[in-house]
Amino acid sequence: MNANCCTACRNVATVAKRELYGYFLSPVAYVFVVIFLALTGFFTFMAGGFFERGEASLSWPFFSWHPWLYLFLVPAVGMRLWAEEHRLGTMELLLTMPITPWQAIVGKFLASWAVLALALVLTFPIVLSAAFLGDPDLGAIICGYCGSFLLAGGYLSVTCMTSAMTRNQVISFIIAVVVLLFLILAGFPVVTDIIQKLLRGGSGLVDFIASFSVMTHFYAFQKGVLDLRDVAFFLSLIGFSLFTTSVILRAQRSG
Amino acid sequence: MIEVKGLSKSFGPIRAVRDVSFTVTKGEILGFLGPNGAGKSTTMRMITGYVPPSDGKVTVGGHDAWEDQLAARRLIGYLPENAPLYTDMTVRAFLEFVADLRGFDGARKKQAVDRSIETCSLQRVVHQQIETLSKGYRHRTCLAQAILHDPPVLIMDEPTDGLDPNQKQEVRTLIRRMGAEKTIIFSTHILEEVEAACTRAIIIDRGQIVANGTPGDLKRKAPTAGAVVLRVTGVAPEAVEGALKGVGTVKAQAEGGAVVARIEPKAGARSDGIAGEVFEIAKKSGWSVRELHTEEGRLDEVFRAITRPDTVK
Repeated sequence: MNANCCTACRNVATVAKRELYGYFLSPVAYVFVVIFLALTGFFTFMAGGFFERGEASLSWPFFSWHPWLYLFLVPAVGMRLWAEEHRLGTMELLLTMPITPWQAIVGKFLASWAVLALALVLTFPIVLSAAFLGDPDLGAIICGYCGSFLLAGGYLSVTCMTSAMTRNQVISFIIAVVVLLFLILAGFPVVTDIIQKLLRGGSGLVDFIASFSVMTHFYAFQKGVLDLRDVAFFLSLIGFSLFTTSVILRAQRSG
Repeated sequence: MIEVKGLSKSFGPIRAVRDVSFTVTKGEILGFLGPNGAGKSTTMRMITGYVPPSDGKVTVGGHDAWEDQLAARRLIGYLPENAPLYTDMTVRAFLEFVADLRGFDGARKKQAVDRSIETCSLQRVVHQQIETLSKGYRHRTCLAQAILHDPPVLIMDEPTDGLDPNQKQEVRTLIRRMGAEKTIIFSTHILEEVEAACTRAIIIDRGQIVANGTPGDLKRKAPTAGAVVLRVTGVAPEAVEGALKGVGTVKAQAEGGAVVARIEPKAGARSDGIAGEVFEIAKKSGWSVRELHTEEGRLDEVFRAITRPDTVK
């Protein structure tokens, strides 16, 4: 059992390593990191009014932009994951190696997640600025980073799923954006109000729909509240999407 | 080593492979022939465990190719159609990646990678990005990937497709060399390849096996197999036709001062051929014989005779 587990980890690591190799050999990773940093800088200091607020908090000026930034940037990073394998035909090569499809899926996912994490880590100068200018609540900032990391993972897993559906990266990108937009909007007051009016129902149903929104769950992290239910939400989203990916891949092979 | 029993595969209403059964033992090189879309690739994908069969089963070295896929795959080296590769990697990095997946590490990994690079003559391009390689090199890189772990079973889908004649020859030589201690299946639609490299051939058409035998067996099925060609001088074509009428259907014509006659045996002729009879008649008639040989029959004729073109429904 232990040996099996070892082999599984090894295989996941091998697939992840190859994927990272691909990211850093092509401009994808660099372009993503640079654009992400430029945009977070712009939104935090210019649009977010970091200085004008006069408080050493990253909740609004920094983290509140992440769900929207990720909406376009994460599908751009993840769209190639399986679409490219389809296009090159390498999926047949990869999935006839002595590894399980699940190991390949997880390996690829973790590699992309690592790229996203790298970009996130490189935003540390913003934390330093806050620390330099005032006395921010470090716990809240760490919590915000955890939330942002989980949010990115959730988006990525959805992109992974849409990427498995097609050999065309553009299509996988667009479908991912649409699905993610739905996941964002389901918790938005504008949308929840409409749903409430349409259904004329109790707030129970609206809350139920809103509970599927990444916004509802990210909001707590953003404020610096670490709730295990929110962590569980993002981990379930990742688990569900990756499982769906495996189902899609299997269905494609079966014909 | 490989046992295929009652294998079928349907994609929706299309029955790509129907009730295919055969076995391949160690030391055999099986050529898989058939028109495009006959079900060759689908069958190979079921053997490698990439596609689950709709019905029937495949066992490789005693392991079910779908139910026990990891164990089966460890025994198999696979060259998929069109030799897909991660084009962003260098040849060496790609082969090391495959070696990792195959469970090699340390010195054994280096040894395995070096060996496959040498076998496929890739030394010149090891540090080149795969994207920049010519088609021949790409094919060989994919082949190197397939033989990296020295597998007892080798499955190759059109291993010589798109290569120039020299490269084709190299790949065939390689296949023949490895064939002695491995079990090899490869698909092709180049018939001379079957004669050059296979110990046995299976012709598949519309998902079904239509012929299974050694290349020699198959050739004897050709409509022209067993015909005798005779070249003689000092006699008129009509005389030759007249004298040989009893042996079979004769066509004779003058050609550069000689007469060339083609004699096709009658149905149910002697199994050892009619060359002897023709020779006796020629000797008795006093013709000077310049050439006399029995035609073997050609594989492409067999192929055309037993497979149907796509256009005819």
